[in-house]
Amino acid sequence: MSIITVERKVLEKNDEIAGRNRALFLSKQIFVINLVSSPGSGKTSILERTLEYFNHRVKLAVIEGDVQTDFDAQRIARYDTPVVQIVTNGGCHLEAKLVEDALVNLDLDGVKLLIIENVGNLVCPSNYDLGEALKVVVASTTEGDDKPLKYPGMFQHASALIINKVDLLPYLNCDLNALKKNALSINPALKVFETSCTTKSGIPEWCSWLEQNLSTS
Amino acid sequence: MHELSFAENIVEIIHKSVPRDELEDVRIIRLKIGTLSGVVADSLDFCFSAISAETPLANARLEIEQIPFSVQCNSCQKTFANDIGIVVCPECGGVDTNVVAGRELQVTEIELDDKKEKTS
Repeated sequence: MSIITVERKVLEKNDEIAGRNRALFLSKQIFVINLVSSPGSGKTSILERTLEYFNHRVKLAVIEGDVQTDFDAQRIARYDTPVVQIVTNGGCHLEAKLVEDALVNLDLDGVKLLIIENVGNLVCPSNYDLGEALKVVVASTTEGDDKPLKYPGMFQHASALIINKVDLLPYLNCDLNALKKNALSINPALKVFETSCTTKSGIPEWCSWLEQNLSTS
Repeated sequence: MHELSFAENIVEIIHKSVPRDELEDVRIIRLKIGTLSGVVADSLDFCFSAISAETPLANARLEIEQIPFSVQCNSCQKTFANDIGIVVCPECGGVDTNVVAGRELQVTEIELDDKKEKTS
């Protein structure tokens, strides 16, 4: 028997490409968010409200990731915003290579903020660095208050948590304080926002935070 | 099912680390997998078997060392462990803590059957 010592990260290839993406974003001074959540939490609606809020005052671009269809890219394109749809054809997450390939088809001229909407999934996307500056996780009130404890990996890797659909709280058995407490027990540094894409509450706070990050990046 | 993607990455690492004519001598690939790495060991094992069947790596198997999630508190210096990823110190309630283990996703060693031993 002979033994070869390897000591290599399983995802070293992904991390290498993510590093290339990050260097490109830095050179173009683009702030990049990787937006993650379970399916149906309202990621695309939050993007729509964000685009409305900035109203072209800050130039945004969007990369959409879905298992099938370009429905989300069609929604974003209505806001006259550069958008590319990645269809993973069954893949449960975005990888750095998919983003690198998508960037070829995205006009980044003058773009200050790029938001990558990951495939709806609270497990797999947490392992894959895409080259983003920050991960932001969305948890909606309809999912219940125990999500952070069930899917700790995603909440640990995120810098901010958007609790969406707060307008539905009167109709649900979701304890908002418990949801926040659970998330902060997994990641005490999380910046927490409470939003509703229907009433637009919390959207200005979320967008102001984004803008602060743009100016300090 | 991202374990398939991990299994493909492991095969690629083996190809980078072992000369081509020795691939069929690979017997064991040792991995360190943290309990909070989001990887299901059984699932990874199944995916690796599926993609290495009928290849030179058909006789290789994974040996996975699970690394428990553990956190050190910078306030009271205690180290604590749990399975669900809580990083708030259970002793003093401190939130200034560092994750010291449990997120590993690493190939550490590859063991080969030595050809010379077989022929002697």
